Amino acid sequence: MTERSEGIKRHGPVVTPSDEGGLMTDRFAKNYAELRDDQPLGTRNEIVTGPVEDWATDFSHLEPEWAADPYPIQDDLRQRCPIAHTDRFGGGWLPTRYEDVAAIAYDTERFSSRSVIMSNFRPPRELAPVGGTPPISSDPPFHQHARRLLLPAFTKTAVGRLEPATRAFCHSLIDGFAGQDVVDAARDYAQHIPMRVIGDMLGFPPEDGPRFREFVENTLEGVNLPPEERIARMEQLFDYLLEQIRDHVANPREDLTTYLIEAEFGGEKLQPSHVAGTMALLLIAGIDTTWSAIGASLWHLAKTPADRERLVADPGLLPTAMEEFLRAYAPVTMARLVKEDMHWAGVDMKAEDWVLLSFPAANRDPAQFDRADEVVIDRQVNRHAAFGLGIHRCVGSHLARMELRVALEIWLERIPAFSLDDPSAVTWAAGQVRGPRTLPLRVG
Amino acid sequence: MRAQIDSGRCQGHGRCYDLAPDLFGDDDEGYGTVLGDGVVPEGKEPDARLAASNCPERAIDLLEEG
Repeated sequence: MTERSEGIKRHGPVVTPSDEGGLMTDRFAKNYAELRDDQPLGTRNEIVTGPVEDWATDFSHLEPEWAADPYPIQDDLRQRCPIAHTDRFGGGWLPTRYEDVAAIAYDTERFSSRSVIMSNFRPPRELAPVGGTPPISSDPPFHQHARRLLLPAFTKTAVGRLEPATRAFCHSLIDGFAGQDVVDAARDYAQHIPMRVIGDMLGFPPEDGPRFREFVENTLEGVNLPPEERIARMEQLFDYLLEQIRDHVANPREDLTTYLIEAEFGGEKLQPSHVAGTMALLLIAGIDTTWSAIGASLWHLAKTPADRERLVADPGLLPTAMEEFLRAYAPVTMARLVKEDMHWAGVDMKAEDWVLLSFPAANRDPAQFDRADEVVIDRQVNRHAAFGLGIHRCVGSHLARMELRVALEIWLERIPAFSLDDPSAVTWAAGQVRGPRTLPLRVG
Repeated sequence: MRAQIDSGRCQGHGRCYDLAPDLFGDDDEGYGTVLGDGVVPEGKEPDARLAASNCPERAIDLLEEG
């Protein structure tokens, strides 16, 4: 089955008009299915699900056991099989040592970012060096151009301007808890913060928040769904983005969407698939990652009264503690595709094999960190890789840190005493972004 | 002591200017910069070491002088 044969055609070919205004409008006239028609085919493999027999030879980050608690699995693998293998997803590898994760992150010659979500579909090789969601999916030298477009909007200074509105929003969420003894900190607090912030940056209607959640789950947790389902869900996301783009073309605003529509490099405006792909990246990666980091930090504090009390008594420790939460509960795992057959660190990698680049596993490698398996909230030396290493360092890391700091600071100030209401009711997202999705906390 | 940032390694994580804002700043794209001539004022050596030891890319070099 091919990717594009499943798309649904809606419109005929687009006629390119001669006037500038019309050109702007028509650059985004195609919908997702038609944009896909312009691309060469990718390849699919059989979807394999079900219990893992041996994590060293059959790993799957999409099984419930991994979602519930991946750390013992990773620690075990690091000792007995530091580069694990699976035949699922058409073949892939899982390095768990910091050293190997770092080496792969730095080696953009031999490992491609053409797709960073390990799934049962490999996009066509021709998609490199741009990829579907630049710059995260881009390889050098194109990568640098796509990345430089985004960097100025995401510096510490630029995101600092969003802090007052973020603080006010966190307060308003906690105001909404009035009268409740138990609140779901993942659903009613953590998820809303990054949704609102990135939605505002992109200039999307605030009431669309619930749709963003759907998009996030579809992209990152729907990896093992049948292909037609997955494409239909991707189509919902991209057609939503194209709708927003067209609205911004008609009504330009001071936001990232208008910025990307008007951005140029090499004297030309960006391809429509580049504009929409980058917006998809900002929306998806901007939400579930920080949602996960805020949730995991609150989960830790809810179950560790000594750390919670210490932070309430000494809020100045929060920036240091926050880095430790990012190390110990790093939400994000990336993926790479092997470019050519090669012998690498003792294993035989084949072209098009996946590599699951587990920053969470790297962050718990005892060869890199003292007391790697403990959460030490005053850890002074913390060279963690939660935001990646090398040229793909998370472009939103300063934004994520601002949101995480503000979210935790305000929560601890307003709700200094809280605990897990029912530890067994906590659920975690499966897949490459891991964080609590249900987190009932007793606050009253 | 003098601080240097290897621009070939720096990826703009910003740990240096978070942890030692008296010694490090950022450019328009968020990459780290050394403030002034990079000479670490007396008494600020621990801040410089803290920044260097938290750089995920190991991009900061501290050169002991004199």
